[in-house]
Amino acid sequence: MSIHHLKTPIKEEEIRRIRTGDLIFLSGTLVTARDDVHLRLVKQQDSLPIDLRDGAIFHAGPIMAASKDRPGRYEVISIGPTTSMRMERYEKEFIEQTGLRLIVGKGGMGRRTEEACAAHGCLHAVFPGGCAVLAASLVREVREVHWLELGMPEAMWVMEVENFGPLLVSIDAQGNNLFEQQKAIYNEKKEAELRALNAYIGEAFRI
Amino acid sequence: MNDVKEKLVDLLAQFTRLSSIRLPDDVLRKLHELSGSETSERARFFYDAMLADLDMASSLMRPCCQDTGIIQYFVEAGSKSPYLDLLEDALRQAVVLATDRTPLRHNCVEVFDEKNTGDNTGTRIPWIDWQVIPDNQDLSIYIYLAGGGCSLPGASKVLMPLEGYEGVLRFVFDQVTSYGINACPPLLLGIGIAGSAEVAAKLSKKALLRPIGSANGNERGHALEVKIEEAVNAIGIGPGGTGGAKSLLGVHVEQAGRHPATLAVGLSTACWAHRRAHIIIHPDLSWEMPTHQGAQL
Ligand code: SF4
Repeated sequence: MSIHHLKTPIKEEEIRRIRTGDLIFLSGTLVTARDDVHLRLVKQQDSLPIDLRDGAIFHAGPIMAASKDRPGRYEVISIGPTTSMRMERYEKEFIEQTGLRLIVGKGGMGRRTEEACAAHGCLHAVFPGGCAVLAASLVREVREVHWLELGMPEAMWVMEVENFGPLLVSIDAQGNNLFEQQKAIYNEKKEAELRALNAYIGEAFRI
Repeated sequence: MNDVKEKLVDLLAQFTRLSSIRLPDDVLRKLHELSGSETSERARFFYDAMLADLDMASSLMRPCCQDTGIIQYFVEAGSKSPYLDLLEDALRQAVVLATDRTPLRHNCVEVFDEKNTGDNTGTRIPWIDWQVIPDNQDLSIYIYLAGGGCSLPGASKVLMPLEGYEGVLRFVFDQVTSYGINACPPLLLGIGIAGSAEVAAKLSKKALLRPIGSANGNERGHALEVKIEEAVNAIGIGPGGTGGAKSLLGVHVEQAGRHPATLAVGLSTACWAHRRAHIIIHPDLSWEMPTHQGAQL
């Protein structure tokens, strides 16, 4: 488990050095992009309001509050990762079309994202799910918001972060997928546990 | 009466707010216990983050998880409570107020219109489940903040009785190893067993409202809870889903009599940020919160 410090714009060589199970701390720009942003870019073929080349996105729907001292600005109250798998359907095209380098989310992603990460030099990493106040404390500033008409959780929030992490790498650019590897182990153990449990029930419940 | 209603709304709003910030005492205790049982670096990484997050949430008075869920209330209403007529409307108003005060995330999307209502109320939301307690003057209200990630593994299914408890277990285990991993484990599993899909589903949610580690009323039922917990832990999903010694806050099973020809099973899961809270409101509006000792509203 090695530790990497990345700063946006992120270079492809840096991404290719990192492996699943490693930890990342990110500094620079981090932009929220979840279901509707993926839908708009990939399915509805809208162009994104900002350039994500060599950048990082966060699968997250935050709670933001309008700043009291700075009119028109926002402060992040609570921001944690959402289930990345929901974006699986469009993530491959999203990576291809944006030239993105890092996706931060929760839980694993599937085969198509894995392929796009390997082909284009991108990573998927997880921030501990639900740890939203902790994550908010690592955001230095909310710089802009786009597509606010999608609602607070779905809008694109452009944030400056410092040492945002640790992020656990779940898909690397070599085709490794931590959650898929783990799932194979879980499924095997599940069958063994179910057999034992069924034997117990047959005995104890006499059915 | 207006003054009384205002007080009731305010109390319920503060109750709702607190439930998004502070986890119930039993869940917090369990998280500390589970954290202590992990030795791998990866498992520790998740628990350290959770416990740090909870500390920050309490001191900054912010929701500990950004997904403050669809708001659900489970009301056990004393038949002699003076607030029965007011309660439904008071709960709706409380949600609007708590959403603004805390703030809570806007999570209620109207079906068909596909628009976020912006205040966490909407068609039949907050969800209110009623049960009447005869000859009683109190309102006993449970709140559950149903987040998206932890609601996703939820399912219910009617099996043929000959599929037996084996079929019930297969259903639960498959859901947990597929969807449960992304639902922010350690999880609390609520399992309902009954005669039809909606009864099993509802009981599975009610099972989540029980104190962590409490036992099913039936001896065999409790034995099953213990066995399922051991077996799911042995699979090794761990906190965050990337491996660990333990994966569960607990397993709670609730049952209702079934039809001879059906065996229905329902599953609801709660994540580590299991935001359940319980308040008992007396006729003079004094109150207690059994889930949150020392709470101030
Ligand atoms: S599963 Fe629970 S802890 Fe995780 S993001 Fe959803 S509500 Fe928060």
